[in-house]
Amino acid sequence: MSTPADIIVLPSPPPAALRYAIRISEVPAIPTLILVVIVLVAIFANQLAPHNPEIGNLTARFKPPFWQAGGSMKYLLGTDQLGRDVLSRLIFGARVSMVVGIMAVLVAGVVGTALGILSGYLGGWVDQVIMRITDTWLALPALTFAIFLAAIVGPSMWNIVIILGITYWTRYARVIRGEVLSLREREFVRLAIVAGCSKWTIMTRHILPNVINSAIVLGSLMLGVVIITEATLSFLGVGVPPPQPAWGLMLSDGKQGLMVGYWWLTVFPGCCIMLMVLAANLLGDWLRVKLDPQLRQL
Amino acid sequence: MGQFIARRTGYCLLSLFLLSLTIFFFVRVTGDPAALLVEPGASVADIAAIHHQFGLDRPLWVQYGLFMWSLMHGDLGQSFYYQTPVLELYLSRLPNSLMLAAVAMGFSLLIGIPSGILASVRVGRFWDKAGKLFALLGLSLPSFWVGLVLILVFSVYLRWLPSSGAGTPLHLIMPAFALGWYFAAAHMRLTRSSMLDVLGSEYIKLARLKGLPEALVIAKHAFKNALIPVLTLAGINLVIMVNVAVVVETVFAWPGIGRLLYEGITFRDFPIVQGVVLMGGAMIVIVNLVIDILYAVIDPRIRLER
Repeated sequence: MSTPADIIVLPSPPPAALRYAIRISEVPAIPTLILVVIVLVAIFANQLAPHNPEIGNLTARFKPPFWQAGGSMKYLLGTDQLGRDVLSRLIFGARVSMVVGIMAVLVAGVVGTALGILSGYLGGWVDQVIMRITDTWLALPALTFAIFLAAIVGPSMWNIVIILGITYWTRYARVIRGEVLSLREREFVRLAIVAGCSKWTIMTRHILPNVINSAIVLGSLMLGVVIITEATLSFLGVGVPPPQPAWGLMLSDGKQGLMVGYWWLTVFPGCCIMLMVLAANLLGDWLRVKLDPQLRQL
Repeated sequence: MGQFIARRTGYCLLSLFLLSLTIFFFVRVTGDPAALLVEPGASVADIAAIHHQFGLDRPLWVQYGLFMWSLMHGDLGQSFYYQTPVLELYLSRLPNSLMLAAVAMGFSLLIGIPSGILASVRVGRFWDKAGKLFALLGLSLPSFWVGLVLILVFSVYLRWLPSSGAGTPLHLIMPAFALGWYFAAAHMRLTRSSMLDVLGSEYIKLARLKGLPEALVIAKHAFKNALIPVLTLAGINLVIMVNVAVVVETVFAWPGIGRLLYEGITFRDFPIVQGVVLMGGAMIVIVNLVIDILYAVIDPRIRLER
């Protein structure tokens, strides 16, 4: 027997597509703008760069930016120790940072998410093995581990992508596993088991779509970390090999001219790294609040 | 309690075992380790001698056994460049690294704790927002760039501080600041959230109801309790600082462990690189064990956790 008090009419939730639709007006404007500009610069580097980034003019070494005495409009942001145009190197450096950043986050994300789902859903010895390895790798200082790997395999851009991927996958694995543990007990997963779905189907069809949001949030927050690590490795000489233009490498070159006052070789690449990481972090924070209300901090 | 310590120590040993296995494995899958273990330009006969000396012609598990055997005897190999045992070099550089890390920690706590308290007392107001911006900058600026800019300003233009080297307290200021900067942001965030937790508790309400002045409530009742997690994090971070100082030490030519690692990379001195990474990982695993046990001593609830 039901009394009117038993009947609770819930407002029908908006359809899923609407709930997660991101309105353009909500996207934080400045960080997005910065990242879009960097991506465009990276794509159109060939068209934008006024000079060849790898070949310099030895008669025009250490030219200051155009507004300082001795500078010229030919080299807007000055030249380095080999007479290479700083602006052109910065433009092509954006390409290196973007490619390494995005690819490394993807590698780490795919490996970490896959292992996190396997570990969380299968449990038992699979879980034990994966989590022991994760804990050990998390215990290693990421930077030192990356330096170690880079020192073994030698410098190259794609090596760096793989190294950063295997250094940072553990962070995904931990978080994703935690989510899978609670998803595993949910009704829809139990129903899928009763309906006779294979483990593979459950993991790819039912679990994966539910953890992908967290993976995206983590990925956007990792982008900044990965870009800084790449710059650090290049700075130490185990990252992107010269003469390729990478921002970390430019800082390493600029270090030699620092004491004589060639500030533009240090300040400009550093500002580029800072802007890009700052934008990635701001956007990541915003995405976190947007996509994952549970992670919202007060 | 005994069971808890036994289980944690077991995990710790397992972690150390996996650490050694990881390093051993990566060196061997990525090519002939003899190529890393001989000096550049060594002859074929030298490489064959190394093969025999390190037992590289034997099965993998025997090789791993030998590797572990020498590790347990404190033998991390011999540096090519310095011609001395790696462990000796490591220990001779350790005091410098610890000194740098201690001063950097001082900086980070001096900046992080007061700004964290300020932010928690003024939630959502100017100081809180300024603190958030500061934390974001701390996470976004690479420490080596902070170092380079510091050199540019304080050594090149103002000529107040020496740009590199060690010896006087003046040499410590810039590297410690560059290293502490990133951690200051982390300490600020933790102080803020820890203070917010404490400020919402019953005993703070009681203190306020008693009519204590707000400054006393914050300084005496809230601050002391909020400090515990911050100091724990600071303890872990001190060890992490020793191990991530490589870039800062490189920028300022500070003769610590990070600089040793950098020298190992530039001189292709592989035993040094391997030794520093092994020691760093082991240090962190062991400190984590000590903290786990200390926590269990303080808080009995943790002992029962599985």
